[in-house]
Amino acid sequence: MITTTDLTKVYRSRDREVTALDGVSLHVRPGEVFGVIGRSGAGKSTLIRCLNLLERPTSGTVTVDGVDLTALGGRGHRARRPLRQARARIGMIFQHFNLLSSRTVKGNVELPLEILGLGRRERSRKALELLDLVGLADKAKAYPAQLSGGQKQRVGIARALAGDPKVLLSDEATSALDPETTRSVLGLLRDLNRQLGLTILLITHEMDVVKTVCDSAALMAEGRIVESGAVSELLATPGSRLAHELFPVGGPQGAAGRTTVDLTFHGATAGDPVVSRLARTHGIDVSIVGAALDTVGGHQVGRMRIELPGTFEDNVLAIGFLREQGLTVELPAQAGLPGQGAPPPDGAPPPPPASGRTAAAGRAGEAGEAGEGAETVGAEGAEGGAA
Amino acid sequence: MTWEEMRPLLEQGTIDTLYMTFWSTLVAVLGGLPLGVLLVLTDRGGPLQNLPLNRVIGVVVNVGRSLPFIILMVALIPVTRSIVGTAIGPTAAIVPLAIGAIPFFARLVETAVREVDHGLVEAAWAMGGGTWTVVLKVLLPQALPSLVAGLTTTVIAVIGYSAMAGAVGGGGLGTLALTYGYQRFEHGFTLITVAVLVLVVTAVQLLGDGAVRLLARRTRTSG
Repeated sequence: MITTTDLTKVYRSRDREVTALDGVSLHVRPGEVFGVIGRSGAGKSTLIRCLNLLERPTSGTVTVDGVDLTALGGRGHRARRPLRQARARIGMIFQHFNLLSSRTVKGNVELPLEILGLGRRERSRKALELLDLVGLADKAKAYPAQLSGGQKQRVGIARALAGDPKVLLSDEATSALDPETTRSVLGLLRDLNRQLGLTILLITHEMDVVKTVCDSAALMAEGRIVESGAVSELLATPGSRLAHELFPVGGPQGAAGRTTVDLTFHGATAGDPVVSRLARTHGIDVSIVGAALDTVGGHQVGRMRIELPGTFEDNVLAIGFLREQGLTVELPAQAGLPGQGAPPPDGAPPPPPASGRTAAAGRAGEAGEAGEGAETVGAEGAEGGAA
Repeated sequence: MTWEEMRPLLEQGTIDTLYMTFWSTLVAVLGGLPLGVLLVLTDRGGPLQNLPLNRVIGVVVNVGRSLPFIILMVALIPVTRSIVGTAIGPTAAIVPLAIGAIPFFARLVETAVREVDHGLVEAAWAMGGGTWTVVLKVLLPQALPSLVAGLTTTVIAVIGYSAMAGAVGGGGLGTLALTYGYQRFEHGFTLITVAVLVLVVTAVQLLGDGAVRLLARRTRTSG
């Protein structure tokens, strides 16, 4: 539905060049919710703005619903008619909603319909229908200033759907909302995705958003896609950075005479009482150090850090047992040893997750909010995991 | 001078002042609005970025604004004569008044339009809107309260300028104050003219403020 090939965007100012996008190739399948996650400055905003050519990429192509937008004339600002028509079929919602304060809620939803050239009666009918869809039928006559943040974003969503788009771009749409409102707006996006078969590409710095709604995700850093794929597959990939950031497990590791093991639950294994079975069959006292479990795309997934008494050699059997149960097993402290689930460096620029947690924590420290947000989630999840 | 003598003069003077103000403000809006919007659109990063044009408009506006009105008026006498046929009287005064007010209003329009959140412009683009959509459906409606406030300021400035027009026989309250008050030493009459001007200006300001308040009400959270 959305395909970019080798997308590059370089900003030139008088004496320097900034590469915001560095060869981004992305493929979003029809009907999926695709999340692009990354820190501020990773290039995600530039990416989403290149997708409807609000920014014209320096090189590369963007194809949305079979139309090569980059081939259509006009620059970001001076868009020619074919590009404008293509844009009208791509919905977009924004972090700060971007509603016109001079128009009522209904008037805001009618704006794209005016651009499409619909008649007055038709506009009114369609706008009310859309407001009903987002649950704001009773606010049609209100002005945006009278609405809460969540309601404003619902108006933004109604407005974005006015052109019957197949694709919705969401530019940090929940970043200005509190957690509860975020959940309700994400729930609405999920419903629209299912009801209308709407393909959604969202960018965010909140891991929680990816966890809640995304089928697939891509991690961006320094203008490049570091990792991408279906969320459930990424979780099953040993050493996935995204998995580490989605489910950061806390707790110290590597106490002397103990073996720290990171487990990733995904798919069918998630429901199994693996840990208690391990304790029973091998007579081992397992301590849960940290855990983050959640439901992603309807499947229970997550990661857990457990500690086993004794050195690695003492626990070979137990670790073998865990692998047999279909879990992805990583040994953060033993990463140097051969064949212990630590991935080979895969060419990703930042440190390979040999000591997964430490690396994640270090990076989170650098950039603040994203990492910290995820940390809290980890702590919440831990209770569920232990129970 | 008795009140009976003054009254018809004051009435005619007020009517002349309002007449000059109305028409020159109208022309100032018709000229200043597009100029002000163009100043924003053609600026760096604007949708119609065109720096040479932007520079030219900027210089014209600056020159227009920095000329003292009385000099502009005298300098424009040939132009006025070719348009109106005479350089004397209220109708003739409209020409320099309008030309002086266009750059004044254009700057106020520029400021008002610049204040509109760029995110709204991008949203309109993302919906498939072009430059016309952006100007007519986003920039001007969103800037309307500021534009009305700017209009009020412009009307009041034009009333002030129109009094100056009295110096070259423009008519209106300014001419009265000069010819009767100043040249015939009727200080009382001058004071009365001033009082009438104050009344007119106050009325315009109150009207303008009221309109702005009405327009701005919807953007506040209270409702």
